[in-house]
Amino acid sequence: MKRRKGTSDSLLTKAGGELDDRFKLALPARILFNKVFPDHWSFLLGEIALFSFILLLLSGTFLALFFEPSMVEVTYNGVYVPLQGVEMSQAYHSALDLSFEVRGGLFMRQLHHWSTLLFMASILVHMLRIFFTGAFRAPRETNWMIGIVLFWLGFFEGFFGYSLPDDGLSGTGLRIMEGMTESIPFIGPWASAALFGGQFPGTSVISMLYIIHVFVFPLLILALITVHIGLVFAQKHTQWPGPGRTEHNVVGFRMFPNYVMKQVGFMLFIWGVLGAMAGLFQINPIWLFGPYEVSVVSSASQPDFYVMYLDGLIRLFPAWELRIPPYFTLPPVFWPGIVGMGLSVMLPLLYPALERRFTKDRGHHNLLQRPRDNAGRTSLGVMVVVFWIIGVISGGNDVFAEQFDISLNAMTWAGRIGLVVMPIIAYYVTYRICLGLQQHDREVLAHGLETGILMRDPNGRFYEVHQPLAEPDEHGHTELEYNGWVVPKKMNRIGALPPADKGFFKSIEEPSEDGRAERRDEIESGKH
Amino acid sequence: MSAHNDSNPPEPVDLSNPKLSRFEVYKEGLRRDDIEIIHYEPRFAKPGTKAEKRMERIVSGLFLFSGLFATAFVAAYIWWPWEYEGAATWRDLQTWYTPVLGTTLGLSLLFFAVGVLTWAKKLLPVEELIQDRHDGGSSSDDRKIAEATVDNMVEDMGLKRRPFLVKAALLGAAPLGLAAIAPLGALIKDPGDMLTVTGWNAEKHNDGEPIRFMMKDGALVRPDMVSVGGQITVYPAIDHGATNQHPTSPVLLIHLRDADAEVLRGNLYPMYQDVDALWGNFVAYSKICTHVGCPTSLYEQQSQRLLCPCHQSQFNVVDNAAPVFGPATRHLPMLPFTVDEEGFFIAKSDFLVPPGPAFWNRPSLPEEDEK
Repeated sequence: MKRRKGTSDSLLTKAGGELDDRFKLALPARILFNKVFPDHWSFLLGEIALFSFILLLLSGTFLALFFEPSMVEVTYNGVYVPLQGVEMSQAYHSALDLSFEVRGGLFMRQLHHWSTLLFMASILVHMLRIFFTGAFRAPRETNWMIGIVLFWLGFFEGFFGYSLPDDGLSGTGLRIMEGMTESIPFIGPWASAALFGGQFPGTSVISMLYIIHVFVFPLLILALITVHIGLVFAQKHTQWPGPGRTEHNVVGFRMFPNYVMKQVGFMLFIWGVLGAMAGLFQINPIWLFGPYEVSVVSSASQPDFYVMYLDGLIRLFPAWELRIPPYFTLPPVFWPGIVGMGLSVMLPLLYPALERRFTKDRGHHNLLQRPRDNAGRTSLGVMVVVFWIIGVISGGNDVFAEQFDISLNAMTWAGRIGLVVMPIIAYYVTYRICLGLQQHDREVLAHGLETGILMRDPNGRFYEVHQPLAEPDEHGHTELEYNGWVVPKKMNRIGALPPADKGFFKSIEEPSEDGRAERRDEIESGKH
Repeated sequence: MSAHNDSNPPEPVDLSNPKLSRFEVYKEGLRRDDIEIIHYEPRFAKPGTKAEKRMERIVSGLFLFSGLFATAFVAAYIWWPWEYEGAATWRDLQTWYTPVLGTTLGLSLLFFAVGVLTWAKKLLPVEELIQDRHDGGSSSDDRKIAEATVDNMVEDMGLKRRPFLVKAALLGAAPLGLAAIAPLGALIKDPGDMLTVTGWNAEKHNDGEPIRFMMKDGALVRPDMVSVGGQITVYPAIDHGATNQHPTSPVLLIHLRDADAEVLRGNLYPMYQDVDALWGNFVAYSKICTHVGCPTSLYEQQSQRLLCPCHQSQFNVVDNAAPVFGPATRHLPMLPFTVDEEGFFIAKSDFLVPPGPAFWNRPSLPEEDEK
């Protein structure tokens, strides 16, 4: 046994030596292995997007083996009886075959679709985390902008992806895209003709979207993700403020083995969840929608969730059309569809620069801010979130109206009014909450924790016992500065009162070794 | 060097000292990377205790379970009956193929994930380290040298001394850039009349002969085929008339009740009065929404409204299908039609205004702006 171990050790050393001779790895490898990463659960949100993307590449490659991006009209002769004999495009036919006649094809299609939804959802949540903690501030503005570009690449990559099967729903999406394109002043009809190779839907758009979907955009996304992660690595991750943490250091654990093992475990976890979802939860059952026909649509035609806010805005926008006869028309869809989308791209891209300009804060920031400590930014963020949510709800307002027996027109009007009023209310309420939280932090720092223990003094006055966080002066006040750390708000946050009894489902009676149970009794009965 | 700590930075060690332990050599690496250990201790104070063995067994078990489920996945992928055989109940094994794949693969990945995570969280040493961030730009020396290098490069190339050369290079490169994207011009197509002329244009599609109405299956349409209050979708009876090759042609043919038809006749725009667009109590509207082009396929007979399910534009059937709610701004164009001597519906002409979504150079007729 021992001898074998020795051999493998020297083998490893030998292999390392050979590699180092050629690539001079000893120093860079050591720096990489030793690199310290800060730790917090919210730093893993972006990883979910990365891991979903890897799965998207894998499952997408499988799908591409069987999918035929052709709009040639064929007659369906596959095994799915309800569509037999129906005229459809080759693309839809092969997507049906993928679902019915390729072993595991349906599983892969659903895996691909669920991974997309998780990819986009995790990008959004990751973006909120970066925004609300101020992680986009200098020196990281570039990476924020790359992230925004990645979101929009993902947005169109997803839209093109669900347009490919050429089923009833995907054709409806393309039709709306055509209407939006045509609304652009001067170039509209030309842009639409270029996109569809003439009149919508034409015979070429699927193959054009296909090469973009499987080659151009994945390449761009992959390249940008590489730069995105490379910059996080080179600029070193931000960290939450806390004991010993400054703008000039990183407190955490090493890349190897700790960080990498947790990442691998987390990646497999995400994949496991997506794999189970792909098998158990149906998504996009294209065989129920039929081939795309311009004269057919079903009610409850909703895009994927990340497109829904845009669809909602298009639904809510009033019928305002600008006409300068005889030859100029600006259709209403231009405003939410083209201008709205343009603003949704540009405003987030420019936000770091705007904040720098208005706050005149030009320093480097490696410590994160708690959202409450920057009430203005947090309220602005919540405002945008509320706007977005109303857009998403309105994107499905027909479904809400139907399910809850509400008038459809009432839903539309609620959306229109809500879109204007709710963000303002959200801004105000969030601002007040932030200020309240700030104040409470300082209160606790000055007077101590609320223990929940009520006492009565000899005069009959009731008062609550406070646990000071430091040695108090003669008035019971503590002079503690707020420094951006989490302020403990409960006794068990400062190590007091752990549960006297262990056990989750049932009590495990164990005499505590350090007399904690007695201390708890003492505190609760007010002797302490 | 390291500004992160008030305490004295660790001293460099002499690597040639043969008495150095492995950990001391390792710590020297950390020191050189500006890393300091704040806290580092094995997860289990005594190696080989019962608790540690137990944790090892748990993690091993998780990995083995993962392998088991992965094997089950491969086996199910190969041997589980999967071929679709039409309508089936839950008792038929093939309906469970996809769920079985998902469950086995998902569990396999989850077991491995929990195994790795448990290994990292329960067996790796407890550690906290602190590393210098070296935030900000390079040292002033480095900057100075880089600046001089770039300046030297500029000088070597003579970019400042030879301004004409620079301009000539730019003037040459700009068309080259244009040349790189010019081939995309192959995509440009003249939209021509695609947005204004539909499959109902007799000159273009039927040698000037009037075009009949047909249904999806090609059957020609007669008045007795639509009952009072009913509606059907009709297409131009030309080659591929009912396919996506004629995307703006689908028409909703509605047989109105007497009273409704009377109201509509009273409301009719002058351009439709002029061509006598109705036939009896029948009216034919373009089915393509004037907002962004979805089919307005929900006909509410009671309120006489057409609703587009995409963005909820609503059109009043008894008022020229003018928009009454939602984002659409224009009425659904009416197709003027009549019945030929054989009793089939025929179109009198193409739509009077372009159907479908608006575009910037869409010709508008004054009648549209009246309401």
